[in-house]
Amino acid sequence: MTQLLVGTKKGLFALEGEPGEPFEVTARAFAGQPVEYAMRDPRTGRLLASVTSPFYGPKIWHADDPADEWQQAAGVELPQGGDAALERIWVIVAGEDETTLYAGGDPGVLFESRDGGASWELDRTLWEHPTRPTWQPGGGGLCLHSIVPWPGDPNRLALALSAVGVWLTDDGGRTWRHGNNGIVPRYLPDDAPAETINLCVHNMQRAPKRPERLFIQFHGGVYRSDDAGETWTDIGDGLPSDFGFPLTLDPADPDSAFVIPLSSDEDRVTPGGRVRVYETRDAGASWTPRGEGLPAEHAYLTVLRQAFDRAGEGAGLELYFGATSGDVFGSADAGASWFTAASRLPPVYSVRTA
Amino acid sequence: MAVVTLRGPLKQLAGGRSEHALPGATVGELLRALERDRPALSGWILDERGTLRRHINVFVNGESSKQDAPVGPDDRIDVLPAISGG
Repeated sequence: MTQLLVGTKKGLFALEGEPGEPFEVTARAFAGQPVEYAMRDPRTGRLLASVTSPFYGPKIWHADDPADEWQQAAGVELPQGGDAALERIWVIVAGEDETTLYAGGDPGVLFESRDGGASWELDRTLWEHPTRPTWQPGGGGLCLHSIVPWPGDPNRLALALSAVGVWLTDDGGRTWRHGNNGIVPRYLPDDAPAETINLCVHNMQRAPKRPERLFIQFHGGVYRSDDAGETWTDIGDGLPSDFGFPLTLDPADPDSAFVIPLSSDEDRVTPGGRVRVYETRDAGASWTPRGEGLPAEHAYLTVLRQAFDRAGEGAGLELYFGATSGDVFGSADAGASWFTAASRLPPVYSVRTA
Repeated sequence: MAVVTLRGPLKQLAGGRSEHALPGATVGELLRALERDRPALSGWILDERGTLRRHINVFVNGESSKQDAPVGPDDRIDVLPAISGG
């Protein structure tokens, strides 16, 4: 049995099912409200969800069961009396110690919780970074969407922001530095400064068994780093488009990555009306389309950056993604074939296995 | 004192009470007094800047009003979600 937490434009849906068969909706929470992201902390079993009411602003909530009464977390806010307000929480990630959680949001902010998500504190170093006045938002806002711990080392963390590139710390966030060498922003003029940080990373993942290896889906480009994010190599050749948002990988295979290309930045739908996941097993040297069981004709789907996740690894790898069409697709065989887990949900913002 | 009236989730967060008599000479002052009196409402009506959230409407005696609108001791202030969404 696999459980999915599906954040949608109109609430959180908990789905359960046997991989390969349609899933059942077992709970709905935050009815009518946009749920950008929801996850289960694997250490405690606690559920956390980010919800941005159009009326009452962004909050993080927690519960032990999706059908329970959810509790509002404290401290999910910017400094009072300033000139900025929190717009949205894009991601929540478990840290590498026993209790720490991280949350990333707009405008380019990182929060940390030491009590399992009940209360949060703004990372002041990033908030007060001297380059902040130059930070530019992407189309979805100034979003900190990827938080990538280093397995076994709580002090090492990588972040990705749209559109402020990759950030690295080796000292638990006391200092941050850029990790952008090799990333080419084709959306900027050729004579833009080489050291620009106006870099629209869409998603970043780390290979857990080779943690110095990272992959990013960029705003035009798929990249790999073999030195913990210091430098990047474009590996997008062989894809029908190197534009897209989500990215995941097989934890058992550091040479693996899965992306879901969209046609282009001006046409953000699956290319040719055909839904396909692209897989590499050689660190990006080649890509193989995986579409058996997915819509293959007149299917113009948009898959957002947090709407692709995995469970298990190796031959038991399960993959799941959702689209703004309200469809959720899954694979029980590492992407070789696909099934429809759910359909006719509200537009899907995020999918996380629980 | 002016009376602020809440509905829905705002009323729940305010301890289930709909009406709140509060001191203040403007809508903004009343809402800040409401947050002090009912801290669970913090961040729900005003954001961190102290600005009325974009899709919250405030009415003074039935008239749509801004945050800096003056209020008197006999005024009634309704705080409502806007007619918006998608």
